[in-house]
Amino acid sequence: MTGLKIDQLSMRFDLPDGGSVQALKDVSLDLKAGELLSVLGPSGCGKTTLLNIVAGFLAPTGGVMTLNGHKITGPDAERGMVFQQGALFEWMSVRENVGFGPSMKGMPKNDKREVVNHLLDVVGLQDFKEKAVYELSGGMQQRVALARCLANDPDVILMDEPLGALDALTREKMQSLVLKLWKETGKTIILITHSVEEALLLGERLIVMAPRPGRIHKEYRLPFAELGVNADLREVKKHPDFNVKREEILNMIWDMEEEIMGTVEASA
Amino acid sequence: MIILSIYVGIFVASFFIIGKLTQAARGSDYTSLKTVTFGDESAVRPNRWAGIISILTIFLLWAMFTGSSLIPGFLHAPGPFKGEASFTYTVSANGQTDDATVTAIVHEREENPELPEIDPGDGIAKNDIIKVAQWRNQLVQFDRNDEVKKSDGAMIIAIDGQKVQPGDRVEVKGGSVTISDKGTPNFEPTRGWQMEPLYLPSPEAVAERTWKVASEGFRGTSLLGHLGWSLFRVVAGFICGAIVGIPLGYAMGLSDWFRGWFDPIVEFMRPVPPLALIPLVIIWAGIGETGKIILLFLAALWIMAIAARSGVSGVSISKVHAAYSLGASKWQIMRYVIIPNSLPEIFTGARVAMGVCWGTVVAAELVAAEKGAGMMIMVASKFQNTDIVLLGIILIGIIGFGIDMLMRAAERTLVPWKGKG
Repeated sequence: MTGLKIDQLSMRFDLPDGGSVQALKDVSLDLKAGELLSVLGPSGCGKTTLLNIVAGFLAPTGGVMTLNGHKITGPDAERGMVFQQGALFEWMSVRENVGFGPSMKGMPKNDKREVVNHLLDVVGLQDFKEKAVYELSGGMQQRVALARCLANDPDVILMDEPLGALDALTREKMQSLVLKLWKETGKTIILITHSVEEALLLGERLIVMAPRPGRIHKEYRLPFAELGVNADLREVKKHPDFNVKREEILNMIWDMEEEIMGTVEASA
Repeated sequence: MIILSIYVGIFVASFFIIGKLTQAARGSDYTSLKTVTFGDESAVRPNRWAGIISILTIFLLWAMFTGSSLIPGFLHAPGPFKGEASFTYTVSANGQTDDATVTAIVHEREENPELPEIDPGDGIAKNDIIKVAQWRNQLVQFDRNDEVKKSDGAMIIAIDGQKVQPGDRVEVKGGSVTISDKGTPNFEPTRGWQMEPLYLPSPEAVAERTWKVASEGFRGTSLLGHLGWSLFRVVAGFICGAIVGIPLGYAMGLSDWFRGWFDPIVEFMRPVPPLALIPLVIIWAGIGETGKIILLFLAALWIMAIAARSGVSGVSISKVHAAYSLGASKWQIMRYVIIPNSLPEIFTGARVAMGVCWGTVVAAELVAAEKGAGMMIMVASKFQNTDIVLLGIILIGIIGFGIDMLMRAAERTLVPWKGKG
């Protein structure tokens, strides 16, 4: 009974003009504990909606979700979230940000200090713990966000394009860090991304979603995440399958985008 | 016009001189190449020299046009005439004509000189002597000592040899003479370009008065007492406004019922200038402290409520979500996310509110008060104590500026994350 089970999830938004949008339709997913799932898809396919529902920020209009056997009914510390732009608390220092979850639970001070110190070591920010978060670079801020999420020891970590705002080099380092943390902590992770390469590198499982209505289009099981743990990600990208898969998925998403926008010929 | 051209002249001259001097000291750097600064407020920093020279220029102009003793005499604008002026008039009566001289002693307003005896001269018109204060004018009853009176048909036909009619004006030594409708010459000494002390006292006169008021007080209350009362009213009114306004703003930001209930009231009261409430507040609460504090409370209330409301509404949803998924309860989110997130907005509101309150308290004291900075300048103006009026305005400005500086400093230390989210 461990793991995240999503059954026939549907989400419809009512528009102010009386119409409605089917953001998700019959999405079913079974995620075992410790699996890393990356979610790809063109804009508007409901990726973020799916994540927000799993996080408990949105109530679905249909379907059931269970985590480790109990129903998900709202936000909870068992499901941590990492946002695209940190969503850090700028009135707190790095240390206070990381310690936010434990503080809310009322963890004793000494235990909290230990947890925070350990995580700051893991993400390599020990020297910055008294700094204000706005004094850090974008990559460091995302590391604080990761540590803050881990400090709560959640069962599932939901990542909404956590590396989307970073430059290419920082991004690559952060991808390695995510893999390392995944392996070390054994957390279940759902990661949304726009980058096909990132989805391939980080996703032990990968789903491609299609829009209108948002649904799962295709699912893959990939070896690259395992290969990438504690390895050079650039080497992983040289794997013969990597480029094949990348082209395949790129074409798939490209076709979907064309379907939305209308083909080039049709519009010409 | 002259004042403006001197001002512009100093502006331009100091711009080039300081520009040359600082450039020589610094050499050229890349900043000087940065010519496009639109939209980048931080690219333009106030030049400290310009600020210093600007203030000095204002004092210089003030001193120049009031004949201040603080600056050397050659810098003074031409002053009013002082001393002995004279002109001759020609009287025609019954076919006879005769000349006589009028001597005018022009004295400072505070003086009252004795008039010397003069030789009356001969002929039908006799010489006259008058005294006149600077910036004033004086009708010359020329026929008082003459043999032929105006009622006998004596009439002035020329001043200093120039033919005149009633209504004409003739420039004479030390002033000008205008013939009135009834034929009497009216002597007005030259005013020069300086301001009369009644309208603009010199800087040292204001400083002297400041010292005097500071040591003796004004109307039974010391200078610090007046300013302190004004400040006390501002602080008391502001604190009352904040105590009610901030929770109200929070409630409006968090509950749709509160929002709906108070929105019309807040949005209606916000554009009403607090000054417009003064009459009503006086009718209801009188001119005492209660009325003033109620007025300032009303001035601060809406500003603080709106600031708190926008601070609460301005919290980004992802921060609230993040806190929820970190296990925070609603109350903890309020305490650890929403309140700290709204503090910068509240501080901005507090700065605005303090400024508005300070302006309002002075205005309220102008209308009716027994103590306070506004009352001081109002009473002084009724007695034409322009120096106290100026002193009051300067002190009000300094205190207003000081309040804003204090609020900024508090903002920097208490909410350093402002604008960094």
